[in-house]
Amino acid sequence: MVDKKYLLTTAKMAEFVARGFLRFDELVPDEINRAVMVAFDTGGIEAAPAGTPLSHCYPEPSPIGAILRMPEIQGIIHSLVGPDPLFDHHAIHVRQPREGNAQGMHGDSIIDTRMHFDIQLMYFPHEVPLEMGGTLLVPGSQYRRINEMDIARYQNFAGQIPMVCKAGSLLALHHGVWHCGRQNNTDRKRYMYKIRLNPVVRQYRLWNTDDLAAMNGGPKRIFTREHNAVADVQTILSRGEAWYEDGGGRLEIINRVKMWRFLTGDESFDVHYWLTRLENMPEVRLAA
Amino acid sequence: MSQLRQKVLILYLANSALDSEVKGWTHYDGTGRAAHTTGDSDRPPYSSGLNALLDGWRVIQFPQLNPPYPGLEYTTSFQIYEYIFEKLEAIDG
Repeated sequence: MVDKKYLLTTAKMAEFVARGFLRFDELVPDEINRAVMVAFDTGGIEAAPAGTPLSHCYPEPSPIGAILRMPEIQGIIHSLVGPDPLFDHHAIHVRQPREGNAQGMHGDSIIDTRMHFDIQLMYFPHEVPLEMGGTLLVPGSQYRRINEMDIARYQNFAGQIPMVCKAGSLLALHHGVWHCGRQNNTDRKRYMYKIRLNPVVRQYRLWNTDDLAAMNGGPKRIFTREHNAVADVQTILSRGEAWYEDGGGRLEIINRVKMWRFLTGDESFDVHYWLTRLENMPEVRLAA
Repeated sequence: MSQLRQKVLILYLANSALDSEVKGWTHYDGTGRAAHTTGDSDRPPYSSGLNALLDGWRVIQFPQLNPPYPGLEYTTSFQIYEYIFEKLEAIDG
């Protein structure tokens, strides 16, 4: 059982629902980072068959196993997909020195219409400066229904995030987040390890929900400064991304509200009255 | 003798107005002078589609405004407001 202190807070969970990722800088100790680099350079890391419980993967001694068994990372995994999820696959992504092109923008796997979601952990075992590229993320793209490389035409978005980080940093991603490997303009190889995990329990209040009621907030005065004055769940879910279209950005808030309701079971939760307004279809007839 | 080559600029705008804000951008350079790729710039080349016109780009495609398919009114997917521009530039033949 994961100690509650390692579980995500409600604010962090809301950030994940809004932006589709969480970032943890310099989380993995340097000694493990160095051991992972040695393993990458000397034959790689053996994968388990798809559908294997994560607890059966990477038996000791394994530097990747050591990372995944860190209580901090167990807490992240538990909060997002629950205890002992299934290993889907892993990949060691390598960007060669002075590559001319970046990877095309894409979403992983195929179009996926579930509310239930997988996570992908991306681990960066060495420092990644901007000229080395880093994985590029499009924040808040996880609910867009597209199929894999259909979006390869998109080269740049306002507010895109190149993963520039120190060694030992980690991203936890919703499976739908648009991303690509940026080109590497250094003389060194760039490595990134990615693992996809499938939940085996209903994704319902898996994080530290001690502050959930207080963080949800109640109805607010919309179209006023008061609406986003407090950094509660409603405020976090209402923050737009720089690349959102005017109208599409409002629909993304609806997507987030639906996901928050799915994760909390609170069918009355709303942001800015967007969904409540649409759900108001009175059938009570006045007496003639 | 010089020959003409096409440069293509795709701008993804905030709404259907050509003078609305640029949210995403893509370049393809048929002159071979520049090689653009994914994630190669963090600032849009123009702040709006109109500003691209003012710099000599010609619009060759306006996005169609289609009503959403029934049942998909709240579904988000591709960028809707995709404007395609071109410039013709001479290269030495």
